[in-house]
Amino acid sequence: MTARILSDAGSIAATYDLAVIGAGPAGLAAAAEASRLGARVLAIDENAAPGGQIYRSVTRNSPRDLPVLGQDYWNGQALADSFLTSDLDYAPGGTVWSLEPATAGDDGRGIRARIGISLNGAACLIDAKAVIIATGAMERPMPVPGWTLPGVMTAGAAQIALKSAAIVPAGRVVLAGCGPLIYLLAAQLLDAGAEIAALLDTTDRRRYPAAVRHLPDFLRSPYFRKGLSLLLKVRRSVPVVSGITALRILGDRKAETIEFHTGHRKRTVAADCVLLHQGIVPNINLASAAGCAIEWNERQRAFQPATDTEGGSSLPGIFVAGDGGGIGGAQHAEVCGRIAAFAALRTIGLAVPETALAALREERRRFAKGRAFLDTLYRPAEAFRAPPDPDTIVCRCEEVRAGTLRGIVALGVPGPNQLKTFVRCGMGPCQGRMCALTVSEIMAAERGTSPAEIGTYRLRAPVKPLRLSEMAAMPPSPSAVLAVTGRSPDEGP
Amino acid sequence: MFRRLREPADPVTFSFDDQPLRAARGQSLASALLAAGVDTFRSSIVAGEPRGPYCMMGVCFECLLTVDGVRNRQGCLVEVRDGMVVTSQHGACALPAGDAR
Repeated sequence: MTARILSDAGSIAATYDLAVIGAGPAGLAAAAEASRLGARVLAIDENAAPGGQIYRSVTRNSPRDLPVLGQDYWNGQALADSFLTSDLDYAPGGTVWSLEPATAGDDGRGIRARIGISLNGAACLIDAKAVIIATGAMERPMPVPGWTLPGVMTAGAAQIALKSAAIVPAGRVVLAGCGPLIYLLAAQLLDAGAEIAALLDTTDRRRYPAAVRHLPDFLRSPYFRKGLSLLLKVRRSVPVVSGITALRILGDRKAETIEFHTGHRKRTVAADCVLLHQGIVPNINLASAAGCAIEWNERQRAFQPATDTEGGSSLPGIFVAGDGGGIGGAQHAEVCGRIAAFAALRTIGLAVPETALAALREERRRFAKGRAFLDTLYRPAEAFRAPPDPDTIVCRCEEVRAGTLRGIVALGVPGPNQLKTFVRCGMGPCQGRMCALTVSEIMAAERGTSPAEIGTYRLRAPVKPLRLSEMAAMPPSPSAVLAVTGRSPDEGP
Repeated sequence: MFRRLREPADPVTFSFDDQPLRAARGQSLASALLAAGVDTFRSSIVAGEPRGPYCMMGVCFECLLTVDGVRNRQGCLVEVRDGMVVTSQHGACALPAGDAR
């Protein structure tokens, strides 16, 4: 059995039992599991090959060519293989631009959602009885002065470049930020022969007391051994500067130097490439635009769709699995994908091996071990979440600066949605992905409250830009014909 | 700004702002340009500041390029193909002249 690879919108069926959006660990596991249990499954993913970001291009690489990636990456091969050998439809390179819950609820056919997809330059709308949103995580924005200069990227971006194209930054590389990924990337870049001039660690020392409480759990987790060996390896070969309290990237038309403060000392280091990272947060745009209830996760300092223990969102038939529902890592995401597949199939009336659930729940608990410590220790300091410097760009698309936002907040706007209409913050092509968290953080800081009280942008479809011609070329539905012409299509002219 | 760990086994040729470039088949346009030493893809729509790829995973929209005449394609999500004609974008898009009636 092999998955049917769909390369144009016309080959996507009109209806599926289950649509899985995203082909990272959660999506791959959910789709393979659901197909194995007899569901008719469509998997849609933006990238050309399965794996998401963590297992990016895993089916196209080999340990011989890219040994620097390590065993945790190669473990993704088995998962991608099980997906590609499943009986399902797979639309790589496809973009989901809308997800609309079926308004009438159960229409007799059990349709719960309508999904707008763009594939190879053409758009279509399809129906699904259940949907698993597995859109994964993105890096938390790190708004510092100069972060929009060419030559400044996220650490994740450099890792994706390494995995997907076997390229590494040339010249002097400076990594700045906090969290496990920055040390993992530093180790991988070292192995790949990159010249790392410095690692500027912004971990907030004031977080240690709060994190210590979660230390015993962390010491028993697989994160500990891996983390310790990475830390030692990087510290042996790279100048690591800890206790960074402020950063600024300078350069004329591209990054040239990075200036940093440790307490009252100011230093600069020359850089050809600056890689920023301060943890990852759920990529919630699709779930949010679909209307799933969104909640604040204080420990992870991010918004996430509200879910039950099996990934069920606030909308019937719509589930969220993996890091898109809260950060837990790749193995955790994979198990969540299987659990969500069970739950989704149960809602559409397919038989599910309920006895396997207990073991999956136990696995999920095991893979969540150690997370609390990492979340608590690596919460970025307020200066890196709500930039104090008024000239720092917050909204990269519309070039709105922190000072402007603080000024608008002082005028008394009720929330991020009103702020958006004042200054176009969050209204560019990225649809707030790069600024939403910062906006909520700035507003919370100004008002002396929590982002939980502030909330975040209300998002709407299309969640990804779509050409008008693609929309216009879609076959009109009977209701659309009636809306425009005043006649139902079978009435004739 | 980036260098290749190995030479492409199955290269394709494409152009960026009329300059012919080589890339590995299957790699993203953004990674192909970075490997060719291009770090500025466009100028921003408000201040005209230089911008290049930031996230490489489809969320930041900094790597927007005009690909075979289609504007605002995400360079990190488009696979490079033989003969592709790619151009950089400058500032905000001008509306076609003459149609503003």
